[in-house]
Amino acid sequence: MTAVTLRNIWKEYGDNVVLERIDLDVEPHSFVALVGPSGCGKSTLLRMLMSAEVPTRGEILIEGEPLPADPTAERGVVFQRYSVFPHLTVEENVLLGLELQTSRLSCKLFGGAKRTAMDQARSMLEEVGLGHALKQYPSALSGGMQQRLAIAQALIMRPKVLLLDEPFGALDPGIRAEIHVLMRRLWQETKMTVFMVTHDLSEAFHLGTRVIALEKDRTRPEELERYGAVIKHDLDVWPPKLSDLEAHETVDSEATDDI
Amino acid sequence: MRQRLINRRPERRVGVFLAALPFVLLLIAYSLGSDARLAENPSDKLLPSFSSIGDAIERMAFTENKRTGEILLWVDTSASLIRFVSGLLIATLVGGFFGIITGLLPYMRASLGTFFSVLSVIPPLAILPILFIVLGLGETSKIALIVLGIAPFIIRDMILRVEEIPSELMVKAQTLGASTWQIAWRVVVPQMLPRLIDALRLSLGAAWLFLIAAEAIASQSGLGYRIFLMRRYLSMDVILPYVAWITFLAFFIDWCLLKLQQKAFPWFAASRSG
Ligand SMILES: Nc1ncnc2c1ncn2[C@@H]1O[C@H](COP(=O)(O)OP(=O)(O)OP(=O)(O)O)[C@@H](O)[C@H]1O
Ligand SMILES: [Mg+2]
Repeated sequence: MTAVTLRNIWKEYGDNVVLERIDLDVEPHSFVALVGPSGCGKSTLLRMLMSAEVPTRGEILIEGEPLPADPTAERGVVFQRYSVFPHLTVEENVLLGLELQTSRLSCKLFGGAKRTAMDQARSMLEEVGLGHALKQYPSALSGGMQQRLAIAQALIMRPKVLLLDEPFGALDPGIRAEIHVLMRRLWQETKMTVFMVTHDLSEAFHLGTRVIALEKDRTRPEELERYGAVIKHDLDVWPPKLSDLEAHETVDSEATDDI
Repeated sequence: MRQRLINRRPERRVGVFLAALPFVLLLIAYSLGSDARLAENPSDKLLPSFSSIGDAIERMAFTENKRTGEILLWVDTSASLIRFVSGLLIATLVGGFFGIITGLLPYMRASLGTFFSVLSVIPPLAILPILFIVLGLGETSKIALIVLGIAPFIIRDMILRVEEIPSELMVKAQTLGASTWQIAWRVVVPQMLPRLIDALRLSLGAAWLFLIAAEAIASQSGLGYRIFLMRRYLSMDVILPYVAWITFLAFFIDWCLLKLQQKAFPWFAASRSG
């Protein structure tokens, strides 16, 4: 359960102001969907959250602590492309995080430790529906399978925050609906806080507990560079999925799904 | 509608025929030229007949030297190959190591990037005399020439390939908790190995050039040494088969590297075309 706070974030590339005055308080276990026109800085915001980019001004806090300077295992990511390692099989891709964590030097596990890690990786892959493709290389997988692999790979680290940059953008509607169900379930089970960039408004409202729209205030051509995008809309999605879930847990009421 | 030329492909048997055609034509042209010259002057040495080439092959490749009991072609071949392979191995290790750490670490790039760029434009043959002076005329200087000749290229190629790794993958590795060492060892090196083979294949031609140059200038054995020795006697009947043999070796080594790449890195071909 992780709260994320952005305080007056600005991002400029040279003279080009991309984002300005971004103030955001994100509750623990939120699912924040970021929407906005192409080029408005959604990916940039996400990259700052994963420490792949430094804000020009302002600060980002995770559970009240300033963001570390490097990406960490606390913040998992899934990109639209290049999320999985092409030289590792499906199984090895998921195993990698566990190996890196427990064996700092040799980066390989042996014996009992290896078996435990394998079981963990396999059950994670079962969960995302890739149990049958353990030995395949990513290039042999379809786009939807690759994204599910990327999700499994990120989730095996039990991140507190998950950052998704148009993760399902390239998938066909049927597969996308399947992955939405999966994503929702994993989000509820793991209690992580999720940020997801998407171009699909229905996806944003379907998955998100909060939808944030970024957009430039000024649109005159000569002003475009001088002014960055701001938070134009900030909507809580109703019915609130979070409290719904907690109701399940505390009162154990009859299952009333909110979709 | 007729198919466009760019979409028309020969079927398998036609393909084999087309591949063999230039070689066959070359042989025919040679034998015509050779016959014509020999008809005019039977002692002409420039384009020897196939039978005298055959005799030379018999002499060089299948007859033991009376005094030493050695077969010259094998002595030359093994001497050359030992130099060649040692040079390639050292260049690959050095090139891979420096290329990868320079591509990966900004501090390394800051200090070594320009240095390697300058290094790679020094013509290696120009420093051959220096090598002979410093390392003597033995094997070391010949291997050193190959290494100095191709390692800078491999280094620069590796730097570019490491920089080509999508930044998403590097971020991803870090979000899996990887340290610099772990990223190098589990992400960068495995992805670079097949590309190192590519770089090596591209530098094979240069490596042969440096080997033969070094052997021609100062050596007592080796394929290059033999060719340049035979030149004094205008022995085209020996030189031509030697050139063909070198060509075959070069082609074979290239083919082996390609097979090694396909066998050891099955993911590579697929990820490259995708
Ligand atoms: N490394 C960079 N250097 C300079 N400018 C950059 C850099 N990265 C992004 N920008 C600029 O920042 C702006 C926002 O880019 P960003 O990728 O965040 O947009 P986006 O909202 O994710 O767009 P899309 O929906 O198309 O993915 C763009 O105008 C882009 O030109
Ligand atoms: Mg983007």
